[in-house]
Amino acid sequence: MAEVNEGAAAPSARSDYSRYPGTFKPPAILIQRAWLRRTLWIAALVWLVLALSTIEVNWVRVAEGMERGWRFIKGFLTPDFTSRWKDISAGLVESLTMTMTSTVAGVLLSVPIGIGAARNVAPSVVYYLCRSIIAVSRSLQEIIIAILFVTMFGFGPFAGFLTLTFATIGFMAKLLAEDIEDIDESQTEAVRATGASWLQLINYAVQPQVMPRLIGLSLYRLDINFRESAVIGIVGAGGIGATLNTAIDRYEFDSAGAILLIIIFIVMLAEYSSGFVRKWVQ
Amino acid sequence: MNTTDTVPVWQHRTTGKRLLIWFGWLLLVALCVYSWQLMTRDTIWAFVADAPRQAADLGSRMFPPRWSYIEKLWMPLWDTLNIATLGTLLGVVIAIPVAFLAASNTTPSKVFVRPVALFIIVASRSINSLIWALLLVSIIGPGLLAGIVAIGLRSIGFVAKLLYEAIEETDRLQIEAVTATGASGAQILNYGIVPQVLPAFYGISVFRWDINIRESTILGLVGAGGIGVQLQASLNTLAWPQVTMIFVVILGTVVISEWVSARVRHAII
Amino acid sequence: MSGPAFRSTHTLLEVSQLSKTYAAGDKALDDVSFSIPAGQVVGLIGPSGAGKSTLIRCINRLVEPTSGTISLSGTNITGMSTSELRSVRRRIGMIFQEYALVERLSVMENVLSGRLGYVSFWRSFTRHYPKADVQKAFALLDRVGLIDHASKRADALSGGQRQRVGIARALEQDPELLLIDEPTASLDPKTSRQIMRLLLEICNEQHLPAIINIHDVVLARQFTERLIGLQAGRIVFDGSPAELTESVLTRIYGEEDWTTLDHETEAA
Repeated sequence: MAEVNEGAAAPSARSDYSRYPGTFKPPAILIQRAWLRRTLWIAALVWLVLALSTIEVNWVRVAEGMERGWRFIKGFLTPDFTSRWKDISAGLVESLTMTMTSTVAGVLLSVPIGIGAARNVAPSVVYYLCRSIIAVSRSLQEIIIAILFVTMFGFGPFAGFLTLTFATIGFMAKLLAEDIEDIDESQTEAVRATGASWLQLINYAVQPQVMPRLIGLSLYRLDINFRESAVIGIVGAGGIGATLNTAIDRYEFDSAGAILLIIIFIVMLAEYSSGFVRKWVQ
Repeated sequence: MNTTDTVPVWQHRTTGKRLLIWFGWLLLVALCVYSWQLMTRDTIWAFVADAPRQAADLGSRMFPPRWSYIEKLWMPLWDTLNIATLGTLLGVVIAIPVAFLAASNTTPSKVFVRPVALFIIVASRSINSLIWALLLVSIIGPGLLAGIVAIGLRSIGFVAKLLYEAIEETDRLQIEAVTATGASGAQILNYGIVPQVLPAFYGISVFRWDINIRESTILGLVGAGGIGVQLQASLNTLAWPQVTMIFVVILGTVVISEWVSARVRHAII
Repeated sequence: MSGPAFRSTHTLLEVSQLSKTYAAGDKALDDVSFSIPAGQVVGLIGPSGAGKSTLIRCINRLVEPTSGTISLSGTNITGMSTSELRSVRRRIGMIFQEYALVERLSVMENVLSGRLGYVSFWRSFTRHYPKADVQKAFALLDRVGLIDHASKRADALSGGQRQRVGIARALEQDPELLLIDEPTASLDPKTSRQIMRLLLEICNEQHLPAIINIHDVVLARQFTERLIGLQAGRIVFDGSPAELTESVLTRIYGEEDWTTLDHETEAA
């Protein structure tokens, strides 16, 4: 009997719902003030219209280009490795040697600079000097550095080597310095308490904590340097980029496709093997 | 272990492992020396020796910068910002479906679709935006459009990679709960997955926008619009004071965009 | 919708010869059969790893059973295609151990997500739910004492509050059956009791049958009218709390486990 009563009670409870609001607006996620949100939306819309209107597109040229685009896709699918193989292999050797030497040189140089840029182990004069080297290296793009180095050292992979080394220093030294600043203070203190010299301190307390990540970062930078080495050739700093530039200039899209596939392949290989090495180091 | 008559030696690695590590280092050094010789085979050392003089010469030509040149840089700067922003938008719009196709928990087929999506990501990531620009200028002609598409193509891989990793890291229990209510596939995506990856998505997009600002400043070197066009023209005419001025503007833009990106990301997280 | 009074006369859930073997070869469920009449609250007890969680997940097919049949009010669930499954899942409300709220959505969106099986994608995407659904959601939030928190984000709530939202979400589905997976395992003892009491009140009010998967024997005895004991994937006990003697508990939990559990019971 009780069951029947409750069964009858349920619909009446349902009719009570009418006293609750029937609409709900989910709260705004980012910007709470409605007027600000609306203003920003309108501003974004105005910008979009303005930006799109300033693009001047030569549709005749684009239509013409569609045929070339199709040829590029075909070239990418049926790459031609053979007819320009001499240029490709020369460019590839330059790129790979440049990558290898500049990563090693860059990492070696970034170690003292990174240590110097760590607030907890370096005196303040050294700290500011190293930090400014890092800032300059990081804010200048590889291409811009390459332009300057090519002007100073002449065309060819040597300028490319210097460019990539310089860029590596900024990248590695910053991350290394942050790592050193993050290390466990109690370990440095323990070593310091034994009366260790500054060099011993670095060797015993800092190096073991930072080393695995340093190796991992070096491998990552190796990958980046290879990709960059394919670009700086465009401004004359050697490497596969120069070969690619020529191929595209001559509309030899099948050779260009071959070069791009080689680049993709090497990047994949580097990524795969660096994962392997990183696991092995740990 | 050690009796008194043998000299106790403390080692933290076994002999075999130590040998292997030494051998590895030796190999690295050999490879490096070999690479160096190959690379510098055609280097003309006279030019290198001349470099300090060249540098001094270059320095004297570059300074002071031609400040008045800035009047001609406003419009290219506007173009550069538009290339970066529109390119980021384009890349992000394409990257979203690619990321969902690549994530192992949302892909419709692990055997056919996922490898294709992963290849798109690798291809896009391996090729620098300047190379994309080079190609596009040759295909559709010089101008802003080539720059925007180049930035977009390069951004796909970057955004899609980080996004699909975020999708794979979502909490499975929340998705299970939404599934249990009888939600359809699209609703599970909308209620279970999207809210979890949205902050990561905003962060990634702003981060890429910041990188794209840097990259779009030089696309003009190959004719893809923006301030790089002025840079190329000034370099060709050896107008070094103008080059310096352009560097100053680029540096300023990069610093500002980095600041904006850091602020926005901080606000989101 | 035809009224609980009608349903009370027939078997609501029928599970027969249900087995589940995972890909790794572990046999989680072995020939499990039982039925639940409308309005009955059943406690599912057993040591961890006995297959409790697998069993309730088989009922709404979050876990795919290997063999056997499950039917809800006469509809066979086990034979359904994925698209038909949607209409059955919405009839079964589920409450989770770790609340499983969508953390970054508001409390109200979480409750309304109980209607996902009923509304179109577009409606759910734009959050324009039918008026009756929204009113019901507010009413349920009021019932569990959280109406003032409707616009808060789910991750801003405490554990007990989140579980209340989880209950409201399940009830928003207008379920015919509740599956409740360790509702108190992540909560402190006091909140655990409050949540159990609330669940029982609601089940009684709405004449709603439920399967509560619970490892705390004391709570299970106190709050349910029927207990099913699971051990290594098999049913070893099915009866009222009064019938759950020490020897039965030994059969479910094993000798050693039971003595430690006994101490806990005395302490509590």
